[in-house]
Amino acid sequence: MRKEMAVILSQTKIASGIYSMWIKTELAKEAGAGQFIAVYTKSDAMLLPRPISICEVDKAGGAIRIVYRIAGAGTAEFSGYTEGDTVSILGILGNGYDIDGISGGGNPSEKALILGGGIGIPPMLELVKEWTAINRECYSVLGYRDELFLDKEFEAYGSVYIATEDGSAGTKGNVLDAVRENHLRADVIFACGPMPMLRAVKQYSEQEGIRAYISLEERMACGVGACLGCVCKTTKKDSHSNVNNARICTDGPVFLAEEVDI
Amino acid sequence: MSEINTKVTIAGVELKNPVMTASGTFGSGMEYGQFVDLNKIGAVVTKGVSNVPWEGNPTPRVAEVYGGMLNAIGLQNPGVDVLCERDLPFLQRYDTRVVVNVCGKTTEDYVEVVERLGDEPVDLLEINVSCPNVKEGAIAFGQRAEALYEITKAVKAKAKQPIIMKLSPNVTDITEMAKAAEAAGADAVSLINTITGMKIDIHRRTFALANKTGGLSGPAIKPVAVRMVYQAAHAVKIPVIGMGGIASAADAIEFILAGASAVAVGAMNFHNPYTTEEIVQGIEAYMRKYGVTDLCELVGVVE
Repeated sequence: MRKEMAVILSQTKIASGIYSMWIKTELAKEAGAGQFIAVYTKSDAMLLPRPISICEVDKAGGAIRIVYRIAGAGTAEFSGYTEGDTVSILGILGNGYDIDGISGGGNPSEKALILGGGIGIPPMLELVKEWTAINRECYSVLGYRDELFLDKEFEAYGSVYIATEDGSAGTKGNVLDAVRENHLRADVIFACGPMPMLRAVKQYSEQEGIRAYISLEERMACGVGACLGCVCKTTKKDSHSNVNNARICTDGPVFLAEEVDI
Repeated sequence: MSEINTKVTIAGVELKNPVMTASGTFGSGMEYGQFVDLNKIGAVVTKGVSNVPWEGNPTPRVAEVYGGMLNAIGLQNPGVDVLCERDLPFLQRYDTRVVVNVCGKTTEDYVEVVERLGDEPVDLLEINVSCPNVKEGAIAFGQRAEALYEITKAVKAKAKQPIIMKLSPNVTDITEMAKAAEAAGADAVSLINTITGMKIDIHRRTFALANKTGGLSGPAIKPVAVRMVYQAAHAVKIPVIGMGGIASAADAIEFILAGASAVAVGAMNFHNPYTTEEIVQGIEAYMRKYGVTDLCELVGVVE
């Protein structure tokens, strides 16, 4: 884990307010699905790095792809970077999806339901890549407000189902509406998206008796587990904090749904 | 040129250099030990610890503001027993001074923690009477000179290690507070803790922090901190430890010239995890540049 200067390889706008950036960094070697990097702005007025999930990893090429939404002045600055520009990043942060651990010793026909909502979709792309790389199958269910992005890229890794809030594509409604409408069944669920979606996924997984791994988001300061800014409630006493709080940045961001009280 | 001496002494405890960490921003050193060599910094000040575990406040607990940040963590901590069993043995492996920040809701709480730490490998105790984010205790002791005097006296009576009273900037006259701490027997004072602030999210039309208010830290507060350190250093004879927005060696030297015997780095650890070690190097470079052989020669020279 370290702070280093990365070089922008490319940047493209892939939907309104959504950008895709490939950066060259040695940290790619350590990166995996569900982890994130913290990206610094060039302005000293913006003290805190922006936590952004890893969308794809090119270990051989030493590059990481991030797909992010402009949410404020920091991400607006990032969207202006072009090929050859440098950016300061801290990484690799967080515990991602432990693919080997989750699938280890399990049934090779084990099928995953991969649920991504809004800006929670990008980290699921690296996940479907890693999941299918160990010869497991998955359904990807992607939920949007209206405009689609990244959906075509998921198609290389299995069937893709779409849900939109306005009904302009796929199922009208959310990702779980699409799961029900298409009668999708799986042995394990992976989900990232807004909190109402994650709450619904947790409830669904409990009703259906399916393990669910969910990726949480919270306002962060240090990103390395020191400041206790980004905690979530846990169902059992957390061993590090000695209270029912876990650090999303270091104990997560991926948690087994039954372990968190959201 | 002769060797330079960066050693400073706080209440009889010698630090190899004046750079400390500000409580709450550095955990117990474990996390930032991945970035900096803890052997290179003067002291690690641990996150505030209470007699029993505290859950802290709801999230969001942090928000960025121009040149700084607001936090309302609410002193979440695992309790003093975990500190003694896990964190202090970790810190003992390093050649750095250990300062434990102590918080509580009542005088008895503070005294209990201080007594528990009596025989532990702790060099100094920093008594947190200035956290703006908890409803009971803490700041209630730090905003009235009489209350500060009483808690200082009670803690000093039981403490085996020297005590540093950490002062709040959210007061009318910082010199009164520093004098009250000194009169009650404090061995040093540290300042400033965060300044109470607020941020409103205009899109969601609500507070950025679940706690509504939070403590402002970062470079935005540095001029206030320098002014208060200067005033406190001129009001008392005990050492003053300066903090508030220190981002560079230049900032650290500003505090030292204003009267601080040591300094602490807080929010800037989040901006650059290497800040503490870089400041140690920068102070040495400054001393060489100006031919200063002993750092103590710089303390409070700006009158």
